[in-house]
Amino acid sequence: MIVMENVYKKYPNGVVAANGIDVAIEQGEFVYVVGASGAGKSTFIKMMYREEKPTSGKIIVNGIDIAKLKSSKVPLFRRSIGVVFQDFKLLPSLTVYENVAFALEVIEESPRIIKKRVMEVLELVNLKHKTRMLPSELSGGEQQRVSIARSIVNSPSIVIADEPTGNLDPDTSWEIMKTFEQINSHGTTIVMATHNKDIVNTKKHRVIAIDGGMIVRDEQRGDYGYEA
Amino acid sequence: MSEMNNEVITVMKLRTIGRHVRESFKSIWRNGWMTFASVGAVTVTLLLVGVFYVILMNLNEVANSIEEDVTIKVLIDTTATPEQQKALETELKSMPEIKSVVFSSKDNELNQLVDSFGQQGEILKLYEQENPLNDAFLVKAAEPETTKQVAKKIEKLESVHLVNYGQNDVDKLFKIISISRNVGLVIIIGLLLTAVFLISNTIKITIVARRREIEIMRLVGATNGFIRWPFFLEGLWLGIFGSIIPITIIAILYKNIYGYLAPKLEGNFIQILEFTPFVYQVSLLLLLMGCIIGVWGSMMSVRKFLKV
Ligand SMILES: Nc1ncnc2c1ncn2[C@@H]1O[C@H](COP(=O)(O)OP(=O)(O)OP(=O)(O)O)[C@@H](O)[C@H]1O
Ligand SMILES: [Mg+2]
Repeated sequence: MIVMENVYKKYPNGVVAANGIDVAIEQGEFVYVVGASGAGKSTFIKMMYREEKPTSGKIIVNGIDIAKLKSSKVPLFRRSIGVVFQDFKLLPSLTVYENVAFALEVIEESPRIIKKRVMEVLELVNLKHKTRMLPSELSGGEQQRVSIARSIVNSPSIVIADEPTGNLDPDTSWEIMKTFEQINSHGTTIVMATHNKDIVNTKKHRVIAIDGGMIVRDEQRGDYGYEA
Repeated sequence: MSEMNNEVITVMKLRTIGRHVRESFKSIWRNGWMTFASVGAVTVTLLLVGVFYVILMNLNEVANSIEEDVTIKVLIDTTATPEQQKALETELKSMPEIKSVVFSSKDNELNQLVDSFGQQGEILKLYEQENPLNDAFLVKAAEPETTKQVAKKIEKLESVHLVNYGQNDVDKLFKIISISRNVGLVIIIGLLLTAVFLISNTIKITIVARRREIEIMRLVGATNGFIRWPFFLEGLWLGIFGSIIPITIIAILYKNIYGYLAPKLEGNFIQILEFTPFVYQVSLLLLLMGCIIGVWGSMMSVRKFLKV
């Protein structure tokens, strides 16, 4: 469950990227965040996983007010959230398996659990047969699936994705979309910023439209709504 | 929230320590020339620190052994009766700050004076009949550093004509030691800062090379401590590696010097420091300084480039 109350964000350079946001996202929802470039989608999303702190307002994620969270507590908070990016952010020298395992190793999970969980999520994203390959040996879609596997390997309750299909061709984008819907079907909340009109209009979910740092539209089973 | 607290406090697992050590060695290997330069800087610094330290400590020991030998000469009033002389001796012997009291007759004093002048001293023999010198007590202070105060105290006693002590030479030696210590300190601090700077640059390279890894660690919730450990260790290793050559060289050098000088100084009151435990002390000091330089250098970079 994510709740924002009267959230403002002013960057040090004076840009106001969030201008009074009120929103509630229930556990298990699938939410698209749409809007023109520079509208404030990434800022909205970054505040959910405490990459950016709001200038004022409340942000409650799974019962914790993360606007007030001490920085020493951020790492433990992050373990309850998975994040996926447009550029995958894989480590080039590690294999598929190692890239996913990395996320659990650095939070000191036991080897037994790491092995079990990594194989589970690689099966979920359909990459069980490519565990030993390096990212450079994979297609863009496969790389993105590795990064999705990494984001869910710690069983987060929320997965946040910032334009996950931004670098992918339409067919591959649909594949990725399927993967997200599958994750969502297990009860994980998905918040996805996207410019992909086809997907938003075809795979109907809640749509939050942002413009000038404000939520200008919020519809269940909404449309992309404007020409990009 | 309380669950979070508990997790933070758990002791570092053995597996985690192994991982940090592995990662730190990987970086050392990967940084190649920078690693070499950092270790080299630490080596040069510690070698100089070690040589200075050995020289200064030994000069100090020499000065102390000379000072140890400083005698206070208490000249007895020529008018003093044997009873008064006896009373003075008893009084001197009863002072706790005095270690020993030895009587030296004026004839004895004259002979020594004659001896000290060698050939030209013969002329002083003319005084043999009419010896103008005083009988004296040769006094040693229990603590050589208190010689001056003890001498002042003795001066005030009855039947004392004059008090002499040869403090000047020792003072000069101590002055030389203090000057060389200050000069050495300035040079060493300069070198130390250079070594710290080089190490912090090496660690910076590691941090930059690993920024993607660090970014992902942050994202998936690795603690700050976990992220920092490999960098601390890398700095520590650089410092420790840098101390190996200086420790070896100084141990070998001192063994030879000690082997050469010690027999020559046998029976002399001048002393240099024994090989053991002195070389162990120097080695420990250099190792410790290496560790401090390494950790300090890495802390500078970690603080600057790993802002949380
Ligand atoms: N770190 C930052 N410092 C200063 N200004 C920033 C920063 N990040 C974003 N901004 C500004 O805030 C506004 C919103 O940016 P944001 O990245 O949230 O937009 P967006 O909707 O994600 O755009 P896009 O679709 O291009 O990704 C923009 O004007 C941007 O220039
Ligand atoms: Mg964006």
